[in-house]
Amino acid sequence: MTDKTDITLNINGRDHAISVESRRTLADAIREECGQTGTHIGCEHGVCGACTVLVNGEPVRSCLMFAQQAAGKPIRTVEGLANGDEMHPMQRAFMENHGLQCGFCTPGFLMLAVGVLEKEPDITDEDLVDVLSSNLCRCTGYQNIIKAVRAAAIEMRQS
Amino acid sequence: MSVARPKLVGQSIVRKEDGPLLRGQGRFAADVNFPNQLHMRVVRSTYAHGNIVSVDLAPALAIPGVHAAWAFADVADIPPIDFRLTKLEQLAAYRQTILAKDRVRYVGDPVAVVFADDPYLAEDAAEHVVVEIEELPVILHADGETGEFRDGLSTEPAIIRKGYGDVDAAFANAHATVSLSLSIGRHSGVPMETRGAVGRYIADTDMLEMYGAAKVPHWNRDQIAKMLGRPPASVNLFEGHVGGGFGVRGELYPEDVLVCLAAMRLGRPVKWIEDRREHFIATNHSRQQTHHIRAAIDRDGCILAIDDEFFHDQGGYMRTHAATVPDLAAAMLPGPYRVPVYRAVGHIRLTNKTPGGTYRAPGRYESTFVRERLLDAIAAETGVDGVEIRRRNLIDKSEMPVTRALETLGTDIVLDSGDYVRLLDKALDGVSWTALQAQLKQRRQAGELVGAGVAMFVEKSGLGPFDDVRITINTKGLVEVVTGAASVGQGVETVIAQICADTLGVGYDSINVIHGQTDRIGRGLGAFASRVTVMTGEATRLAAAKLRDKVLATAAGLMQLPADSLDIVNGEIVRSDSSAGPSMGLAEIATALAPGAKFLGEREPSLFAEASFESRHMTYPYGAHVAVVRLARDTGAIDIERYLVAYDVGKAVNPMLVEGQIVGGVAQGIGGALYEEFTYDDRGEPLSVTFADYLMPTAREVPHVDVIISEDAPSPLNPMGLKGAGEGGTNAVGAAIAAAIDDALGQPGAITQLPVSPQMIKAILKNNL
Ligand code: FES
Ligand code: FES
Repeated sequence: MTDKTDITLNINGRDHAISVESRRTLADAIREECGQTGTHIGCEHGVCGACTVLVNGEPVRSCLMFAQQAAGKPIRTVEGLANGDEMHPMQRAFMENHGLQCGFCTPGFLMLAVGVLEKEPDITDEDLVDVLSSNLCRCTGYQNIIKAVRAAAIEMRQS
Repeated sequence: MSVARPKLVGQSIVRKEDGPLLRGQGRFAADVNFPNQLHMRVVRSTYAHGNIVSVDLAPALAIPGVHAAWAFADVADIPPIDFRLTKLEQLAAYRQTILAKDRVRYVGDPVAVVFADDPYLAEDAAEHVVVEIEELPVILHADGETGEFRDGLSTEPAIIRKGYGDVDAAFANAHATVSLSLSIGRHSGVPMETRGAVGRYIADTDMLEMYGAAKVPHWNRDQIAKMLGRPPASVNLFEGHVGGGFGVRGELYPEDVLVCLAAMRLGRPVKWIEDRREHFIATNHSRQQTHHIRAAIDRDGCILAIDDEFFHDQGGYMRTHAATVPDLAAAMLPGPYRVPVYRAVGHIRLTNKTPGGTYRAPGRYESTFVRERLLDAIAAETGVDGVEIRRRNLIDKSEMPVTRALETLGTDIVLDSGDYVRLLDKALDGVSWTALQAQLKQRRQAGELVGAGVAMFVEKSGLGPFDDVRITINTKGLVEVVTGAASVGQGVETVIAQICADTLGVGYDSINVIHGQTDRIGRGLGAFASRVTVMTGEATRLAAAKLRDKVLATAAGLMQLPADSLDIVNGEIVRSDSSAGPSMGLAEIATALAPGAKFLGEREPSLFAEASFESRHMTYPYGAHVAVVRLARDTGAIDIERYLVAYDVGKAVNPMLVEGQIVGGVAQGIGGALYEEFTYDDRGEPLSVTFADYLMPTAREVPHVDVIISEDAPSPLNPMGLKGAGEGGTNAVGAAIAAAIDDALGQPGAITQLPVSPQMIKAILKNNL
């Protein structure tokens, strides 16, 4: 089980040359081998969505993907959302609408929402709630997450 | 005329905490790493009850990269984990050791641990530990026969008794008696971050450190020190970001002690991160109780007496909370009503399930469900509507404060302030109750199954006995507030900074708030029982006021002006009679008082102040919930159409955060009312071990929640009038939803247990045909 393969993960535009076992999950590789701990692990069985990242622009549960499957593909994580000091509209909207409490689920929600809105900027409010219902948050009761994503959606459409 | 300063307290300020969390720069337990660290994996019992025949560690130890493996014999010198609250002498023999000795008492009971270079490897190695267990019969129901815990000890270690007045006489003289049997399912906090701990021993200085602490770092520091036979000053606990607490996270568990012990023995940092399956079987469960309650009433439906007997399902061992949950259930059951005579008898029962502890609104989610079901039953018995029956029984404002001959958590219950009737009116107005009733009636006539329910409750908050705060201004003019509080994600830094900014007269952004670091402050009680805003908040105000005086006295000396002619505005010392004239920055004052500074003379060096706030009584916020539900005739599905919470918190420091607490609390309450339950098969095998079988509400299930934050009844126990806001969103959800479902079914008293499932609704509808 300890045979390792050399792969390159491209995270937020930067290449990370790492060596991983074939069973290593993408979530673990992003966190441990690449040191990007903003992506969180809440269940490791694909239900909570805390580990959501974008692979080829698609929201993916990185606990359900092996690191090797993502080799060479563009991966985006929460660390890549802001432009230097300037937060992404989604991050700002979460702050202004109190869309986070403990913040553990937040990176997953941010990446899910950004991934969906980039592809479907005109998604209806109703469908948006459906999308957001695929991730779990235990603190907020979702109300402010929904509010924040709707606010960011308007801003993202305008820009 | 003094300069008007805009106040931050009372405003919905954006949180201090958010920046790093939004940028992926949080430091949660799993994010903490040290060079050369080992990874721990726990081998857990797969039997709910049994004698340990043998534990063979050798096959695990034979794997390269595995550095140690322990069973009970290796940790036999470590005492069991002690009680933090509500200690009862007779419970001591039921405490949990850090590894099971010769018997396992639930699936998940730690039997052995392995330490390896890599977490995947540790997990592989754990599979190679061979544990032989001789299975014993299980006890899965707290209200059945008692059995043997071990060594002749009964599975009923204690009975909680509370009450006052002559119950038998009250029932003998009653106009009528109403009796109910009700139960609440087993569910729990289940934060999104699982538990985690990293132990590190620094041999040079003989210091032991644990990262990943939460909730009660100081208490845990003292306990770990005691269990490992070290002076408390040689152990430090560090709280990073915490991914939700809800009562379960941060209590002292076997794994916390194991990583510390291993770090010392193995001479390398040791990291343990719980996986989700482990979390479901190892971290505290809560709530499961069965109540048999009756009320004696007069002709008008006024309560003459309440008599309750209940069975509390504690699971495998008594953990840190000891008798806290059943004690709170018994003490808080009377709620906002006049209860002239009262008796509660609570049986603590050990079963072969995961041990229990507190979960948001502990004992109150349970007893509010029971009491409010009782009020609804009284209404049905009397033929008066549920709102009216509550009005008749609510304690009136003129009766405040009300001392109940009950105590809990070492305090006497004194309802400090409240206008319960007014809050009920606010809640009803919030949903236009009369119009709503008319609409529901119409819809029912059209064949829909819709109904509304109301539930009321009293919460508790601000548990003492003390909290300390130290505020320092450095020579750059930056303010640091060091508290003994802890943060589990609720916004502690923001609230404390708001209070400090107002009192001291400095900008919100120049304040840094420290919590959960045992090396920064000698003592601290942490974050539980909705205590932080009240206790730490008031301690902060006191320290800030002292520091303000010190700043002004020093400035007076430097500026050659009387201190009472000066004010601090936005971090500048200015003359309070006009905006003109000389001013001075806090940095200059701090520099003047820096150790060795010329100006210092006889003055105490450094610009700081300390204060403690002590309180022997809790403060009692109160609330009302209103739920509107629709049931699907064919599937039994339960849809919450509307939900409103009115909650009086005395004074809201940051209404946005209070609302966030309430809405988040409601979502958890809905989970316990409709979806979440830890179930077991008849051998005690847990059936809810993934998020696919333990169903937490998603954005689909949680309705929009309307919140009315009320400030009618400031607490007289602290100058700002604060009461805690953490648990009122959760408290009455089970009760309100049950009442609404009854109403939709047109069948008072139909709901007798939580969670309510669509299958139960279907069964009730079928029986009605
Ligand atoms: S950690 Fe990947 S879905 Fe939960
Ligand atoms: S903010 Fe805590 S889990 Fe979502």
